Amino acid sequence: MGRKGLFIDYEYCTGCHTCEVACKQENNYPAGRWGIKVNEIILESFNKVEINYLPFPTELCNLCAARIKGGELPACVKHCQASCMKYGDLTDLVQAMEHKAKTVLFAPK
Amino acid sequence: MEYDKVVTTTAWSPGPGCHGGCGVKLYIKDGKVVKAEGDETHPFNQGRACPRLLALTQYMYHPDRITYPLKRVGKRGEGKFERISWEEALDTIEAKLGKIKEESGPESVLFCQGTGRDIGGPISFLAYSYGSPNWIQLGLAGHSCYTPRLGAMMATYGDYSVLDAAQFSEKRYDDPDYKVPQIIMVWAQNPMPGCPDGFFGHWIVDCMKRGSKLIVIDPRWTWFASRAEKFLQIRPGTDGALAMAMINVIISEELYDKDFVEQWTEGFEELKHRAAEYTPQKVAEITWIPEEDIIESARMYALAKPAAIQWGVPIDKCPEGSTVAQAITHLWCLTGNLDVPGGNVIARPAYGVTTYPFSTQEMHELYGEEFVKNLNEKRIGANEFPMVRNFRGWAQPDLAVKQMFTGDPYPIKACWIQTSNILGGQAADTRLHYEALKRMDFVVVADLFHNPTTMAVADIILPVASTAEKESFRSWWVPLQVIVPAVEVGECRSDWEINLELAKRFNPELRKRYDTVKQLIDDRLKPAGITYDQLKEQGGWVMPPENSASRPYRRYEKGLLRPDGKPGFRTTSGKVEFASKSYQDWGLDPLPYYSEPPESEVRTPELFKKYPLVMVTGRRSSVFFHSEHRMIPWLRECDPYPIVEINPSVAGKMGIEDGEWIVIENDRGSIKRKAQVTPIVHPKVISVPHGWWLPEEDGREPNLYGIWDINCNNLVHIGPGAKSGYGGGAYKTALVRIRKANEAVE
Repeated sequence: MGRKGLFIDYEYCTGCHTCEVACKQENNYPAGRWGIKVNEIILESFNKVEINYLPFPTELCNLCAARIKGGELPACVKHCQASCMKYGDLTDLVQAMEHKAKTVLFAPK
Repeated sequence: MEYDKVVTTTAWSPGPGCHGGCGVKLYIKDGKVVKAEGDETHPFNQGRACPRLLALTQYMYHPDRITYPLKRVGKRGEGKFERISWEEALDTIEAKLGKIKEESGPESVLFCQGTGRDIGGPISFLAYSYGSPNWIQLGLAGHSCYTPRLGAMMATYGDYSVLDAAQFSEKRYDDPDYKVPQIIMVWAQNPMPGCPDGFFGHWIVDCMKRGSKLIVIDPRWTWFASRAEKFLQIRPGTDGALAMAMINVIISEELYDKDFVEQWTEGFEELKHRAAEYTPQKVAEITWIPEEDIIESARMYALAKPAAIQWGVPIDKCPEGSTVAQAITHLWCLTGNLDVPGGNVIARPAYGVTTYPFSTQEMHELYGEEFVKNLNEKRIGANEFPMVRNFRGWAQPDLAVKQMFTGDPYPIKACWIQTSNILGGQAADTRLHYEALKRMDFVVVADLFHNPTTMAVADIILPVASTAEKESFRSWWVPLQVIVPAVEVGECRSDWEINLELAKRFNPELRKRYDTVKQLIDDRLKPAGITYDQLKEQGGWVMPPENSASRPYRRYEKGLLRPDGKPGFRTTSGKVEFASKSYQDWGLDPLPYYSEPPESEVRTPELFKKYPLVMVTGRRSSVFFHSEHRMIPWLRECDPYPIVEINPSVAGKMGIEDGEWIVIENDRGSIKRKAQVTPIVHPKVISVPHGWWLPEEDGREPNLYGIWDINCNNLVHIGPGAKSGYGGGAYKTALVRIRKANEAVE
């Protein structure tokens, strides 16, 4: 079995915190513990403000092993309101990157 | 995760807090909800969920949740309450309200609600059964939340519209009849955090992925603004001028839809004449938006086929909000984008099912004209304001709070407050409303948590069920759906249950009609030819049928909109009226126009010298719904502080560091906020999120969870701002200054 990963299209990540809270609920983490954390990058360049968000899976991320076993998507991927996250084989996700700019791939484990 | 069963239902109100609509799955273990997830088979959210829904278990089982009825035993504000039985609570309320009715008349009780919850039905039912015409959003200056926009649409073409994101079809974006808007104009809204007006905010993102380009109009750089073809960073409160200039460009450059205008509209020449007053050059000065951006945006919108506008509550809060909304409505009518795929489609609730009578027109149909006429005789604001009298059956909030002091033309003795934290939330001029509520002989609050309002004024508190604990239904455009109770928590009861029981006590006639809430719901569902149980069994939701009045598209061609079955619109002329006959009949200008905010660099230059910043309040948070959720750990840590957004150029000049507490003040008072130094806000504007109180602080007086220190509405005056009675309020345009917390003003 190849390595699995999280693909994130940050052109469409709106920074809504859904992935963070989905993860906390799934793992019953207390406040203060994060399996994924959204980073905000706001830059002023010329007359434009660039606003980007990028979720980062922390050391606690196990790609929702129990959910995957039960045939479900990781909690963050399922609930992402912008539908900008994918879970799958890294090789497939690299293919997805070929077709879409402004994307990142995480292989947390 | 282990669980016993999964309950499929609809989210609406307590819990996520929002305007609802998402299909959810509740996982139940040992009689408790252990997990909430999105329902992937539901067309509204397609499995997605927001942070507030995902934190539902922390909300439902929060240690501070009120789970049984309470009565006040100390003085108001001391925070001393004692547990009582439901029977005692209801008997007390019946006796007290009964006595007030006898002594002062039923109109002396205000029935107060907050925003668009599962509340309109229960509260109007109770108010009218008791006999009071005063159903109200107390504190909401100008009643400026959707009502002005709804009124403008109704006055123009006899219906309401929403951006078409294929939400009226089970197949959604795959429906072959659907087209994605080429251009979406996001006007004065960041719809993602709050999903306002029944619209799932991320539908716009869905459209962007399918090719929609954006024009964004906002004083702040939102996420949408950063991805827009055109971003018009507007001076707060001047949206009316911008809309008129766009109309001017579209008409003078002949970019409008000539066929549609000729066949389906009237009043074009009058509109053309009026709009000519608003040259892009002049409007550029008013709005701070460069002239060429106004012209190019108008062209871009008009040339795109289809194009749609998604608009927000700041439009209502413009002075004369109902005229600003009228001008924007004219944009989609002029360009032929009304009720076409990917445009602004006419929105009627599926099968015509309504949770409660909404417009006066519907009120007439449901209660009869005589009843409505009598309501208007005593309803606060109905004599003064034409739209209160003729459009929507709500009392006017700015006049109501005055009447609480003056007793003119009749005294106000009591308030029933349900789904509304008036003092921690919507009330402009917090102190004024605090003092007004203190004058009441009797105050009931139905809510889930203590908050500044319960602490300051509640005599009886009733514990309300969350969305997971109630039997209800939702009919706000689409789909028609049921809310299914999954569990019970303490002695909490749903708003419907509470209000039906009390309504029966005041109106024994109701006992014959409805034994249970379910019977009442079944009665409301009759136009759909379905019962609550049937709808629940078939999955919980249903879309409007093809070729019906409640399903797009181009219903005006098919004769589906008018009661007489003829093609056209539900107006007296049968046309879209650019010069509104309704407005004219109501004594208002039939054409849209611009008026300057009550305080501004233009209208009050002397005041502006003293207070050189415009305070916009109300920017939404993904993790809070208005004044809710500050006590939910998973949510609060995502947005922990009451902040103020300040442009770096302003902060730099004043030596204000990011993260430092500062003072914001004007002649009405001062508050403290934590500075967030960010380029997203215009240098002449500060953005101050609303609804802040601190559940972790002392709730007793004088502190009241810190509202006197941090609630931005301490700096906002009450209206009324609009001739129609709807619109205005200074939530977006109050002038203020800022200083470091430890520095006195020179």
